[in-house]
Amino acid sequence: PEQSQAIVIYTGWERHALVGSDVRLSCSFFSWRWTSEDVSFSWTYRPDGSRDTISIFHYTRGVPYLDNKGPFKDRLEFVGNPGRRDGSILIKNLDLSDNGTFTCDAKNPPDIVGRPSSVRLLVFENPIQAGVITGAIIGVVLGLLVLIVVIYYLMRFLVARRVFSLSVKHGKKKKEGSQQRQGPVPPADPSKVKAATSEKKKQESRKDKK
Amino acid sequence: MLLLLLGIIFLHLAALVLLFVSTIVSVWASSETGTSDLWKNCTLLSGGHQCSPASTGEWIQAVQAVMILSIIFSCLSLFLFFCQLFTLQKGGRFFLTGTFQILASLFVMSGAIIYTVMSPEWVLGTYSFGYSYILAWVAFPLALISGLIYVILRKRE
Repeated sequence: PEQSQAIVIYTGWERHALVGSDVRLSCSFFSWRWTSEDVSFSWTYRPDGSRDTISIFHYTRGVPYLDNKGPFKDRLEFVGNPGRRDGSILIKNLDLSDNGTFTCDAKNPPDIVGRPSSVRLLVFENPIQAGVITGAIIGVVLGLLVLIVVIYYLMRFLVARRVFSLSVKHGKKKKEGSQQRQGPVPPADPSKVKAATSEKKKQESRKDKK
Repeated sequence: MLLLLLGIIFLHLAALVLLFVSTIVSVWASSETGTSDLWKNCTLLSGGHQCSPASTGEWIQAVQAVMILSIIFSCLSLFLFFCQLFTLQKGGRFFLTGTFQILASLFVMSGAIIYTVMSPEWVLGTYSFGYSYILAWVAFPLALISGLIYVILRKRE
């Protein structure tokens, strides 16, 4: 029998991915011998917080076997190239429950003595884009400010118009009511009326703010 | 009278500068190995600083927004002060200026409070609060006092 030597297996250390995306878990090995025809790759999965390990992938004698009963049913794809010592798998449509540790074990007979290597998968929720909430808060506050200013000037304008029309009516009545007159009464000056109402408003707002 | 005017403007500008420094330089949390602020986290490596964008959580964005709003309101208040200086009648009060400055101080206060409450989530335990954080807390009473002075002040001459 041939002497077996050590085989060194390489995977990543950690993989980060977003919910709904795909992630490629790569696995490769170093061995002194040529790649044998009986080269095999095995992937096992241990969910976070669990002690159970399940097999999800096995490649042997040129045939890949994918998980068709477990949590990765219909989501696994073999994207490796065993001839080039690549036993990578692709997991599609990730979910938060896929968080866990994936272990790759490769064997290149007769080199079978090796330590399986593990890669940790971290699946994240899609985060809010940077600056969306910042912009929203600033926009809302400044918009409220502009709204308040517009409403204030609108109210002033409406009140001034109302006072102006009332004073015109009052002036007309006076004119009709009296017979002896020193001279014609000039109609109320709108700018003077405006000044009067703004003075009134300032006094009122001062009282309110007090 | 001129002295009073200069003193008030100086106080206002001091608060404004503190707000700017606190928001932009933003060394809100620091430790021996790095600094962390509203916009990015920097760690000190052997080669130099390495910075990465801050987390995109909701609350840090709220602090960002509130600090920017406080700067905007303080600038608006300064602009309104000069406007009211020339348009207000004698004996009138700078209510609008004071209101905006007080609002700016309230924004800084809420930003600092949110950061204080949420910082255990964002920074590691080894981090301690940096000088920008302290500047934000100093800017709050400065702006508040400045705003109150505006509200009490009466225009003369």
